[in-house]
Amino acid sequence: MKPATIVSDTVQPAAHLRLVSDRAAGDASGIKLSGVSKTYRTRDGDVPSLRPLDFHINDGEFFVVVGPSGCGKSTLLKLISGLLPPTTGEVLVEGDKVTTPHGNVGIVFQNALLLPWRNILNNVMLPIDMKRLPRQEYLARAKSLLKLVGLEGFEKKLPWQLSGGMQQRASICRALVHDPRIMLMDEPFGALDALTRERMNVELMRIQRETEKTVLLITHSIPEAVFLADRVLVMTERPGAIAAIYDVPLPRPRSLDVMADPVFTELVQRIRKHFFSQGSLD
Amino acid sequence: MAEPKPQNAISKLLNAAWVRPFLFLVFIVVAWDLAIRLFRIPAYQIPSPGDVLAVLRTEWPELLRQSWPTAYATVCGFLLSALFGIPVAMLIAGSKTVESYVYPLLVFSQSVPKIAIAPLFVVWFGFGIIPKVISAFLLGFFPVVVSAVQGFKSVDPDMVDLARAMQGSRLQVFRAVNLPHALPAIFSGLKVSVTLAVVGAVVGEFVGSNSGIGYVMQRSIGTFDLPTMFAALVILALLGVVLFWIVDRIEKLVIPWHVSQREDVIFAS
Repeated sequence: MKPATIVSDTVQPAAHLRLVSDRAAGDASGIKLSGVSKTYRTRDGDVPSLRPLDFHINDGEFFVVVGPSGCGKSTLLKLISGLLPPTTGEVLVEGDKVTTPHGNVGIVFQNALLLPWRNILNNVMLPIDMKRLPRQEYLARAKSLLKLVGLEGFEKKLPWQLSGGMQQRASICRALVHDPRIMLMDEPFGALDALTRERMNVELMRIQRETEKTVLLITHSIPEAVFLADRVLVMTERPGAIAAIYDVPLPRPRSLDVMADPVFTELVQRIRKHFFSQGSLD
Repeated sequence: MAEPKPQNAISKLLNAAWVRPFLFLVFIVVAWDLAIRLFRIPAYQIPSPGDVLAVLRTEWPELLRQSWPTAYATVCGFLLSALFGIPVAMLIAGSKTVESYVYPLLVFSQSVPKIAIAPLFVVWFGFGIIPKVISAFLLGFFPVVVSAVQGFKSVDPDMVDLARAMQGSRLQVFRAVNLPHALPAIFSGLKVSVTLAVVGAVVGEFVGSNSGIGYVMQRSIGTFDLPTMFAALVILALLGVVLFWIVDRIEKLVIPWHVSQREDVIFAS
């Protein structure tokens, strides 16, 4: 809740446990939120979802948000993609103010959300159809993305013929096919079993390295957050605000072995404390 | 099915989709015939299956001739209910305002018995085809609207958001996501609607018409000609089955991807 008190608990925190308020690159690239808040107007009055947020996600950064459920994480995603206008403040993506959908994002939700009447290839091509881009040019890209995630040969299959993990991989391809600068992922592996989930994390890290996208990933899992992130943002309960931002100084490329690293475990412990002190275990 | 068994041919025949209802039908007819003989039900109350079959054979050309106007009115009414029902459902599902104004009234109007207002159409439109078509339309309309509203509303909002975030226009998103998603529900509404449209057309013929199966029924009841009346019922049932089957076929063509159509999965073992 109050970052200052948490820091003063430890006498001399190690480098990775230090709070970083922000590390803005200074230029216009990446995502910049200044004073962004969101209040939903409902019949029962106004429901605040996000308290004013200020932070900056650098271009090409893997940025992970953890927080209890209902802390407005999904609202954050909608604000950045332009699906919702902020109540106050402004969202800047690559220097441009976001008010309506700008299409420079790829979105992956918890459910793969593939259209059951389209085959895998045509599902991946959905953003191309929506943006009215030349289909022929992007077909090759869609196929090479499917190859990148190991779905070569499944182009003509219908979604239900694929396992949950494979479906989610296809939805990652769909988020990348129009070559957006940013990937927004809302608990992308929350519906998968633990083993598949770990594999997908490793895979996602590889995809991010190869495509060099800016990734904003929302998760409930603290180990997943630390494993994937360059920086982790911890959110408070609703209405959401920033509790802390941590650097993850683990070298890349990371393998699952990194989870045994003392830096990793200490960081996971530290982040978990935020939720204990808030009195909510999620 | 490693080794062929002697009863294979018979069990295969029993498993054919059309044989089972047929067998059940035979059972019902036999029970009907037995009941008449056992309880000595007089022919002026319930005719025997044999009498009905005899009428069906001798009166076949006349019955066939009379079933065309009924079929025509049914199909017209059904098409109208699909043509109006689906757009109305789109409006209701798409706008809370439209829903709050229109939907309660629509439900209210359903409670008005169509047979009571059918004579009005005769007053307004005469004894031709129009009152029948309207009557069939009014009965077929409601199930289409209710199912289609349900279909349009059950779209995952995340899916719509995803398409919208890719800068899809309202129309594009609707065509790519909402409409295909609603099709299974629309088709289940259409199937109910087509059978009700038959009822609607017959109601129209009851109250004022000089052609059609409903007219035949009306006339045969007037003369206590029960075998003809039952024969007309059989024709009506057949008409309903054929129309239902046609809609079912179209559904299989239009939404082969839907769970209900995945035959290969059901039989894969």
